[in-house]
Amino acid sequence: MVVLWTDALIYLLIVVILALGLHLRGKEHIKRPLQQIGRSKIGMVSLVVLLFFVLIGLLDSVHFKPTDDTKNEIISLLDYWATPLREHGEKTYSAPFATKLYSKEMIAMPDGSMQWGYPRLEFGGRHLNNPEMEKIPDILQKALYGLAQGASLIVFFMLLMWGLLAEQHKRLMLSSTAKTVLAVVFVIVSFSYALIYLSPYYHVFGTDKVGEDVFYQAVKSIRTGLVIGTLTTLIMLPMAIIFGILAGFFRGWVDDVIQYIYTTLNSIPGVLLIAASILMVQVYMASHESDFTSVIVRADTRLLFLCMILGVTSWTGLCRLLRAETLKLREMEYVQAASALGVKQGAILLRHILPNVMHIVLISVVLDFSSLVLAEAVLSYINIGVDPTSYSWGNMINGARLEMAREPIVWWSLTAAFVFMFALVLAANLFADVVQDAFDPRRSGNE
Amino acid sequence: MTQYIIRRLLYSLPLLMGVNILTFVLFFVVNSPDDMARMQLGQKHVTEQAIANWKQQHGYDVPLLWNDSAQGGGKITDTVFYQKSVGLFLFRFGVSDSGRNIGADIKERAWPSLAVALPTLMIGLLVNICFALMMVLFRNSYVSKDGVYAAGRSGAGAALEHTGIVLCVILMSISSLFYIIGGQFFIGKVLRLVPISGYDDGMAAVKFLILPVLIGVFSGIGSGTRWYRTLFLEEVGKDYVRTARAKGLSETQTLFRHVLPNAMIPILTGVVVVLPLLFMGSLIMESFFSIPGLGSYTIDAINSQDFAIVRAMVFLGSVLYVIGLLLTDISYTLVDPRVRLS
Repeated sequence: MVVLWTDALIYLLIVVILALGLHLRGKEHIKRPLQQIGRSKIGMVSLVVLLFFVLIGLLDSVHFKPTDDTKNEIISLLDYWATPLREHGEKTYSAPFATKLYSKEMIAMPDGSMQWGYPRLEFGGRHLNNPEMEKIPDILQKALYGLAQGASLIVFFMLLMWGLLAEQHKRLMLSSTAKTVLAVVFVIVSFSYALIYLSPYYHVFGTDKVGEDVFYQAVKSIRTGLVIGTLTTLIMLPMAIIFGILAGFFRGWVDDVIQYIYTTLNSIPGVLLIAASILMVQVYMASHESDFTSVIVRADTRLLFLCMILGVTSWTGLCRLLRAETLKLREMEYVQAASALGVKQGAILLRHILPNVMHIVLISVVLDFSSLVLAEAVLSYINIGVDPTSYSWGNMINGARLEMAREPIVWWSLTAAFVFMFALVLAANLFADVVQDAFDPRRSGNE
Repeated sequence: MTQYIIRRLLYSLPLLMGVNILTFVLFFVVNSPDDMARMQLGQKHVTEQAIANWKQQHGYDVPLLWNDSAQGGGKITDTVFYQKSVGLFLFRFGVSDSGRNIGADIKERAWPSLAVALPTLMIGLLVNICFALMMVLFRNSYVSKDGVYAAGRSGAGAALEHTGIVLCVILMSISSLFYIIGGQFFIGKVLRLVPISGYDDGMAAVKFLILPVLIGVFSGIGSGTRWYRTLFLEEVGKDYVRTARAKGLSETQTLFRHVLPNAMIPILTGVVVVLPLLFMGSLIMESFFSIPGLGSYTIDAINSQDFAIVRAMVFLGSVLYVIGLLLTDISYTLVDPRVRLS
């Protein structure tokens, strides 16, 4: 097993989340908003979608070197399972479910003559003898078969769960929210099963310029999106929390210094600061080429740097919010009482101030996630995002953009990136709304 | 007032100095000019002589901070820091790594940027406020202080409002890249209403500007409308609105005569802070539509790794931002009589 830097941070993040969950379990003031989220249909459905993405991202974060491979490349668990997709490369573009290449070329006919036409794909629809006649029935049959298999699989698991559940939980499962969630799980699982079932036979979303399967690219991009959305937050949170609380609590020169720092950082246009930093990283990586032995390590380092830079540019907003809230909190009676009773300043900060600003932290983390995923695409377009060799929706869009002018147009790469990105960002936005309603005391009962 | 402005101007000096030092550290200390030269000349097979030549041509062949070999004041002035960073304060941007005068380029390219950004901002503001007002009107009721719905909400209005919010979230979830690509494809290529990209001088520019402005406005509707809606809702919950209603004013009258003017204060100041930055243009808009503004200038510099231009743009951006902050504070006093400068 090989642990890349971002992998390690992802594991750390999971440990932190689990520890926080254990720590907060059964606490009354957390229970109420959680229950409110649990009752919201939109909230639960978007959470299911998000978890589905996270699961794929996690599968893609367990890297190892295959023992039988001589090429010395690092692959992830997801790559391992998607080996047919990875290896079924065509020559160049081909449309979704196509059996022939996008562009014409000279084909050697069986009788030895040459003909100008669309050659058959190497892998897409290889099992068909007569693609014109057999293709559509074959796709339909395979899709139905896959759907049925996926559906029966999920029904089996649901029944199993139903059988194992205690009586009091069964009532919970019958609530309308639970039914909606189960329906969504059912749809997601059976559709993805059908897609997986079809993908060894056809290129479900077509292939790109170098003949790589677009479905595989889109799925691989999930990890990049998630890493940028979550690790950036992980990197920026300590800075924002510590600086924000200290500035608000101690005031005076501490406040002045911290305000100076974040106003300075804020006054540089974000994109330019990111561009400048990425340029520096590029120069650094170019002059230390020997440290980055494999392509994936190189791409991973750049991804990590990108997260750090995004973190440095984005902590100021949260820091300002926290400072304002701490300024308010430190005048509260209970804080005054604590300091009158001789509680040390450190203890007041940890026990009285920090827990009372956590809702702001939580809300801004959830709100930032979707904007970070969107920002990645834009940054990759300007070439200051993730490494051009790594999979990301931004790179997919960037690669496909120029092909819009071709006739017939190559639309599938864009569509795939759009569908995956839209699903993730929409789910995140909807979930963020619900979380904000539940945790923001000013908005409770508002909507 | 004058005194306040002078003090604020003095206060912004340390800010700009901070920006300057930060960019200096980023561009010259993290990576030495040698690294940059190697990057520009191609990674491998670069001779020491070629690097020295490149550095001499671009004025990087002096020490970073302190020049021991120079005489008198030259110990400070014959350094990279003095020549490359301090000059920015006087808006002497110097020449780019490819040999062009950056100051002249910026002056020339600021106007196309403004021609795209200003209409986008104004039309977007108008459209977003209209949508937000409509959604608040549909709400057709108000929330009393303890959070209980006071007046009866009409079912249709609530449904319309809910649809509006969901639509906003959906619009927000689409990457701006897709708006641009989609707009170029359908309006420019399929319908052939306007040219897909390009720019022209004078009035001829209008036909090139329609599409970017339209797309810019459209892509901002989701988040803009939601933001203004929360601003309006915050005002709607206040006491004076209840008083106005109690006097018997209709919902429309309260909204337009009482809520709107008060909500305009945060809206206006929010606009003022971005006004100076409009000169900088939008990076992706300009490069997609090949408008010769500062945004595409910056992108070109990033892609060709022209550090001098990026450095100049970073400094220019932060100057404009600081000016924006100053304008915001002044505009507060103009529109809100409760705020006094002290």
